Amino acid sequence: MDSRNTQLAVGFFVIFGILALLFLGLRAANTNFASNGATYTLYAKFDNIGGLKERSPVKVGGVVVGRVTRISLDGDYYEPLVEMTISQEYDEFSDTSSVSILTSGLLGEQYIGLSPGFIDDTVEMLENGDYIHDTKSALVLEDLIGQFLFSQGND
Amino acid sequence: MLDNVASLGRNVLASVAGAGQAMMMLLRALIGKPQLRKSWPLLMQQMYSVGVLSLVIIVVSGLFIGMVLGLQGYTILVDFGAEQSLGPMVALSLLRELGPVVTALLFAGRAGSALTAEIGLMKATEQLSSLEMMAVDPLRRVIAPRFWAGFYSMPLLALIFSAVGIYGGYLVGVRWLGVDDGAFWSVMQANVEWGQDILNGFIKSLVFAFVVTWIALHKGYHCVPTSVGISRATTSTVVTASLAVLGLDFVLTALMFG
Repeated sequence: MDSRNTQLAVGFFVIFGILALLFLGLRAANTNFASNGATYTLYAKFDNIGGLKERSPVKVGGVVVGRVTRISLDGDYYEPLVEMTISQEYDEFSDTSSVSILTSGLLGEQYIGLSPGFIDDTVEMLENGDYIHDTKSALVLEDLIGQFLFSQGND
Repeated sequence: MLDNVASLGRNVLASVAGAGQAMMMLLRALIGKPQLRKSWPLLMQQMYSVGVLSLVIIVVSGLFIGMVLGLQGYTILVDFGAEQSLGPMVALSLLRELGPVVTALLFAGRAGSALTAEIGLMKATEQLSSLEMMAVDPLRRVIAPRFWAGFYSMPLLALIFSAVGIYGGYLVGVRWLGVDDGAFWSVMQANVEWGQDILNGFIKSLVFAFVVTWIALHKGYHCVPTSVGISRATTSTVVTASLAVLGLDFVLTALMFG
C-alpha cells in the first residue's frame, strides 16, 4: 500500500466521520433552541405539577418558546416551583399572562401552556426572574374520579 | 475441597496479574516523549487497516439495522396511530445504544481479532524480540500506534453507523411505508438532544474504543507464542471484549440515562 494512498483513505475516513456527526447534529437533533441563543427565566408556582418533567416544553399556542429547567419545592408550604427558560426572542409577555399544565393527546407528555395576557398602560412586562401568578395545575385523573364519585354519592 | 479453594485462589491471582500486565503494557506504550515524525506514518497505516477497512461492514450493518428498526417500529407504532414517533424511536435507539454497542461488537470481531492475531504471530515468530535486539521498543513501535488507531477510529465508525442507520430507518419508514416526511424529521428533532443523546453516545463509543483496543492488544502481546496460543488469544479477545462492552454499556446507560 502506497503511503500517499493510505493517507488519502484515512483522510476520507475522517471526513466521513465528521460528516456523519454534522448530519446527526443538524438533521437529527434540535439545534434551534436550548443550546444557543439568549434566554431568560420565569417562575411559576403550582398546586400540583402532575407528570411534568425537567426539559418539558413551554408552548404558546402550540409553538415551543422554552423549556422547563428545574422543578423544586418552595416556601413554607412546600409548593411546587417550576423554573422555565424562555427564548429571548419572545420577551414581551405581560404581567397578566397565565400558565397551565396541559397534556398533548390522551396519553402524551405533559407540557406548560403559556397564554399571553392583555396589555394596557397599567400592566408591566415579565422580566428575568419574575413570577407568573395566574397558574392552573395539572389534571390528575384520580382526583377527577374521586370528585365524580363524591358528587354521585351526594345525589 | 482444599484443592478447589486453591484453584480459585490461583485463578484470582492470575486474573489480577493479567490486569496488572495489561495496565503496565498500556502505560509503557503510551507514556513517553511523543515522536510525531516517526509515529505519524505508523498511525496512518494502522488507521487504514483498523478504521478504513472496517468501514464497509459498519456501513452495511448500520443500514440494515436502521431498516429493521424502521420496519419493526412501524408495525408496532401504527397500531397506536403513533407512526410519527418512528423518527425519534429509530434515532434514539441508534444514538444511545445500538450505534456504540453494535459498532464495538463488530469492531471487536473485525479489527480486534486481527490485532490480536497479528501481534500474537509477531511474538511467536520472535519479531518483537528482534525489535528489542535492535533497540526499538516494541511497545512504542507496535502497540502504541495500534492503540491510538483503534481509539480514534471507533468513535468515528460509531458516528457513521448511527447516521447511516437513521438514513436506513428513513428509507423504510418514509420511502417505503409512507410515514410523513416532515413529521419523521421534526418529531425526531424535537426529541433528540445534543448533550443528552449525541454526546453521551459519543462518550460511550470512546469508552468502548479504549476497552476493546486495549483488550485486543493485551491478549496479543501476552499470548502463549504457539499456534494454539494465538488461536485461543484471538477467541478470547472477541469473547472478553464483547462481554466487557455489554457489561460496561449497562453501567454507562445507568449512569447517563438512569
